[in-house]
Amino acid sequence: MTLGPWLEMWVGALLTLMILSFLYRDNPFYRFAEHLFVGVSAAYWMVEAFWTTLIPNLFGKLYPPMVAFVLPALAKNPPQISRIIPLLFGVLLLLRLVPRFAHWSRMAMALAIGFSAGTNLVRYLESDFTSQIGQSIRPLVVTQPGFSLGGTFSALVVVLGTLSGLVYFFFSREHKGAFGRVSRFGIYVLMVSFGAAFGYTVMARISLLTGRMEILGRWITHGFQFPG
Amino acid sequence: MSPAGGSLFDRIGRVDRRWIYVAIALAVIIPLMAKLTFPVITTPIVQNIFDKLDSLPEGSRVILTADFGPSTVPENMPMIQAVLRHALHKKLKVYLLTLWATGIPQLDLLEKNVLAADFPDRVAGTDWVNLGYKAGNQGVINSAFSDFPGAFPVDSKGHDVRTLPIMAGIKRLADFNLIVGIGSGFPGVKEWIQFGGDPAHVPVAAGVTAVEAPLLYPYYPRQLLGLMGGLQGAAEYEAALVKRYPEYQSRSEEAIKRMGPQTVAHLVIIAFIVLGNIAFFAGGEFKGRKRA
Repeated sequence: MTLGPWLEMWVGALLTLMILSFLYRDNPFYRFAEHLFVGVSAAYWMVEAFWTTLIPNLFGKLYPPMVAFVLPALAKNPPQISRIIPLLFGVLLLLRLVPRFAHWSRMAMALAIGFSAGTNLVRYLESDFTSQIGQSIRPLVVTQPGFSLGGTFSALVVVLGTLSGLVYFFFSREHKGAFGRVSRFGIYVLMVSFGAAFGYTVMARISLLTGRMEILGRWITHGFQFPG
Repeated sequence: MSPAGGSLFDRIGRVDRRWIYVAIALAVIIPLMAKLTFPVITTPIVQNIFDKLDSLPEGSRVILTADFGPSTVPENMPMIQAVLRHALHKKLKVYLLTLWATGIPQLDLLEKNVLAADFPDRVAGTDWVNLGYKAGNQGVINSAFSDFPGAFPVDSKGHDVRTLPIMAGIKRLADFNLIVGIGSGFPGVKEWIQFGGDPAHVPVAAGVTAVEAPLLYPYYPRQLLGLMGGLQGAAEYEAALVKRYPEYQSRSEEAIKRMGPQTVAHLVIIAFIVLGNIAFFAGGEFKGRKRA
């Protein structure tokens, strides 16, 4: 093993132990690792966004020769003057840092919010609303390609579960009598779904623990052999 | 630590949570050291992804996204490695990209562990391309929907994508045959369905962390052709791959091996839940509350 991966393994193992130490109780090692993680993450995302998005997608298109020192492949492309608009809005956003001109940033913010709200509304409406309604409308008895008991049961669960779940969230009428019983069934459906989600969460956490244990195991077996 | 006294059930109910952590740690460490594995059967929801990839004709274009960071590598990496091996074996054209800055090192690992190790004959820029990371979340997908090369002007090595043979004929997202989203949150598979697959009418398959899997089931099977949920989903895909192509057995059983500790840990957790409930209902506190 070379020096680079060896150091990487030590840093990873020690930070893992620092984080796991919280399971015993809060301590300065845990806090150090936590703060280091937050700081490094913020810096990492900012630097990557600059070099992988702003440089090629904005400056590399606005004035390609400007990025020749890092992306020579783009240097000969014709400039796209229209990119001055996102640049201008980007500068307006940064004016938030100058109290005297901070109000100018609202223009850029308004554009960003308006565009996001508009596109998200359409896509959510299409993919999460109308398509989901379509998915819920299905034959209760599955006969294609042949009768399927499992498929029929699944279809019944989806349809009855959806309807009873919706009834539970209908508050314009008192949950009594037949309506109340359907609503009660809706609660059970919700409980089952929460239980399934919790089960999946447990599975995820154990998977991550297994990954960390593998790293610690590799550190114990290889970390004390100094790189040659 | 818990105060002593009370019945056995009361003492169980007051057990220090740190003993439970120790038990879970042992439930993971011992099977890992013993290399304990269990048979894995591929369920239809995962088999659908395998069958779709297996049925695509040679040269079909597949977007493979690594929308995850190092924290979920144990779950996501086996999935993406198995899918990439499968796609390259079938001689599909693979477009690697990420909407997560922390996905960049994962793409580098894929290049090292799968592309260089198992498929050294495949040429970058012709058979596969690493388009790297783009900031902008679903905005990037929105942009790629109408102008894919505009959204990804350069690959991870800084080459102009318009000069790469693999990009010939690609103008928009609809020019792809399949999107396989491997992710662990936002932006991820949900956004690829909403802003990519649905409007462009490109089939989407997914591999996600177990935490995210329940949120994606409503999209299956019409908007999402298959779903690998957590480590189990990854193990199922590996099982399907190894069953059809046994030559990948030594390289593509990472998740299958991790399912041993996973299963034992689940059994221990179930035992704790049962024991905790027995202790609660048989303990003095519940009986006292009932009497009151």
